[in-house]
Amino acid sequence: MTTKSQAVLNWIDERFPLTSSIKGHLTEYYAPKNFNFWYFFGSLALMVLVIQIVTGIFLVMHYKPDASLNAAGVPVAFASVEYIMRDVPGGWIIRYLHSTGASAFFIVVYLHMFRGLLYGSYRKPRELIWIFGTLIFLALMAEAFMGYLLPWGQMSYWGAQVIVNLFSAIPVIGPDLSLVIRGDYVVSDATLNRFFSFHVIAVPLVLIGLVAAHIVALHEVGSNNPDGVEIKKKKDSSGKPLDGIPFHPYYTVKDIVGVVAFLFFFSAVVFFAPEGGGYFLEFNNFIPADPLKTPPHIAPVWYFTPFYSILRAVTYPLFGLDAKFWGVVAMGASVVIIAFLPWLDRSPVKSIRYKGPVFKTALVVFVICFFILGYLGVLPPTPGRTLVSQICSVLYFAFFLLMPWYSQLDKCKPEPERVNFK
Amino acid sequence: MKSGLMSFIKRAAAIVLFAPALAMAAGAVVHLDKAPVSTDQAALQHGAKLFVNYCLNCHGASYVRYNRLQEIGLTEQAIRDNLLFTAEKTGDLMKIAMQREDGKAWFGAAPPDLSVIARSRASEFGSGADWLYTYLRQFYRDPARPTGWNNVVFENVGMPHVLYELQGEQVAHVTQNADGSKHVELKLAKPGKLSVAEYDKSVADLVSFLVWAGEPMAEKRKSIGTWVLIFLAGLFVLSYVLKKNYWKDIH
Repeated sequence: MTTKSQAVLNWIDERFPLTSSIKGHLTEYYAPKNFNFWYFFGSLALMVLVIQIVTGIFLVMHYKPDASLNAAGVPVAFASVEYIMRDVPGGWIIRYLHSTGASAFFIVVYLHMFRGLLYGSYRKPRELIWIFGTLIFLALMAEAFMGYLLPWGQMSYWGAQVIVNLFSAIPVIGPDLSLVIRGDYVVSDATLNRFFSFHVIAVPLVLIGLVAAHIVALHEVGSNNPDGVEIKKKKDSSGKPLDGIPFHPYYTVKDIVGVVAFLFFFSAVVFFAPEGGGYFLEFNNFIPADPLKTPPHIAPVWYFTPFYSILRAVTYPLFGLDAKFWGVVAMGASVVIIAFLPWLDRSPVKSIRYKGPVFKTALVVFVICFFILGYLGVLPPTPGRTLVSQICSVLYFAFFLLMPWYSQLDKCKPEPERVNFK
Repeated sequence: MKSGLMSFIKRAAAIVLFAPALAMAAGAVVHLDKAPVSTDQAALQHGAKLFVNYCLNCHGASYVRYNRLQEIGLTEQAIRDNLLFTAEKTGDLMKIAMQREDGKAWFGAAPPDLSVIARSRASEFGSGADWLYTYLRQFYRDPARPTGWNNVVFENVGMPHVLYELQGEQVAHVTQNADGSKHVELKLAKPGKLSVAEYDKSVADLVSFLVWAGEPMAEKRKSIGTWVLIFLAGLFVLSYVLKKNYWKDIH
């Protein structure tokens, strides 16, 4: 480095921790060298967040959150999406990147969370990282739900109607609460405008704050790894972890490979199947919202369906309260319970590699139930399907609530001293 | 360890594959004929002509601009001379003069805008094009309906058979299936201007036009996509080699 640029850098460093931040988070942040496939999804989630924000900025320039009908009798909001698709130069690609990005975000985040389950990334000392992560997931669900109203199609409208109505099941405050959320007695222009505001300003701010907290907490304690052993326990004479390598350049070049592979599959959807078979863009949502015409079957977008199934699985009233209320409680609990994992898992080891058959079976059953719940959530309910979703819901909660016992009972293998790396 | 994880993934995948067995048909099964959708410019132009002549009186295509039809090979002059009935300028949207309230009063429901109809009619039974192709060929005479027409895929539809002079008049022969559902057989009672094959081809052209209008950039999207994927495949190789090179001294 020339002395002149060094002088500039010094000038900055005396006023802002630039060099030390780059060192602390990149060039001298030591990450375990044995990261595998599952460790791509954290950086990918960050990239999808950037895609969503950048495409979102451009969509907001042309989108109009207005439920009134234009001269042709089409809601302005719906027509403005088609305007973006047709008349805005490059608008179609920006819109498809954003709509596909929403589904991609959930795919990546679900895989990222599953990685945590596999290798016990939520265990001490990473409890706060996990809690921030759960909050990110909650914020992401709110963000996706409110964003889905904006195209103002039939599914946008009736999906929002169904979900907001759920809040009215809460005793005493419910009806007023749902009124406040909607800003009206039905989902209307007022709802569209406040959801727009939340979707483009409020929730993204919360999301970015939480993501920052998630990463700062991670870099404070250091990353877990597929062996679940702490690399900070074995350091060389200079104090660097023996099994650690600097995040930059090693993991930056590795994550680039992951990013390119991800973009390949992502682009395949964006350019060749942007509707995602009716799951990413629902067919019914190409019909403008009509408050007087309820579609025969209202299905939430695929990423909500496991939790929606849990909601519908509750069919018994209890303590004089509606089954619907308990369904809402179950759905809320099914997400919130994830945050408690650090204290539910009492296994002596972190990673699935050294856990015993009991935990492995529990995890397999849990994942199967999650998929079945997700699948049933897309379909209209029948008595048979409701029964299956009830069984799966019970198993879903059993995975968490029984963990303090089965994780202790399990016959685990001893953890290695150092990480496995071939 | 790796094999444990693999067997776990395999087991999970097996369950997911069997999950569809849980799905039973929800409601009536609709049989749709496969639409021979074309991207051929002559077919699209013929479809555009049919659309403007037969549909664009009651239905708008209010997201489509007339001059966009240049993308299917029409010149601005040809658009102005042959298609511009409802608008003044070729940059205008394909709107209609009919009021929604009137449409509602006359047909029971305001005729929907057709810009994205081919996308909205897709379902588990087939693409939106399949639905439209079947629907436009399955009108039949029904004196019980106010318009005198009914339809097999869209029962008690408010729309009369606007293409009847081309197709002719079909009558329905209704029988019961073994499971109690209705089976409708159509027979051409009075032939129209076109033969059955010609009519099917015309409807296919009209449907192709509606598919095009639903997403005019679809072909461009796919051709760009091919290059994007080729580029990313190349970039993947480069990034992989770069990673290998950086990591060669990590043991």
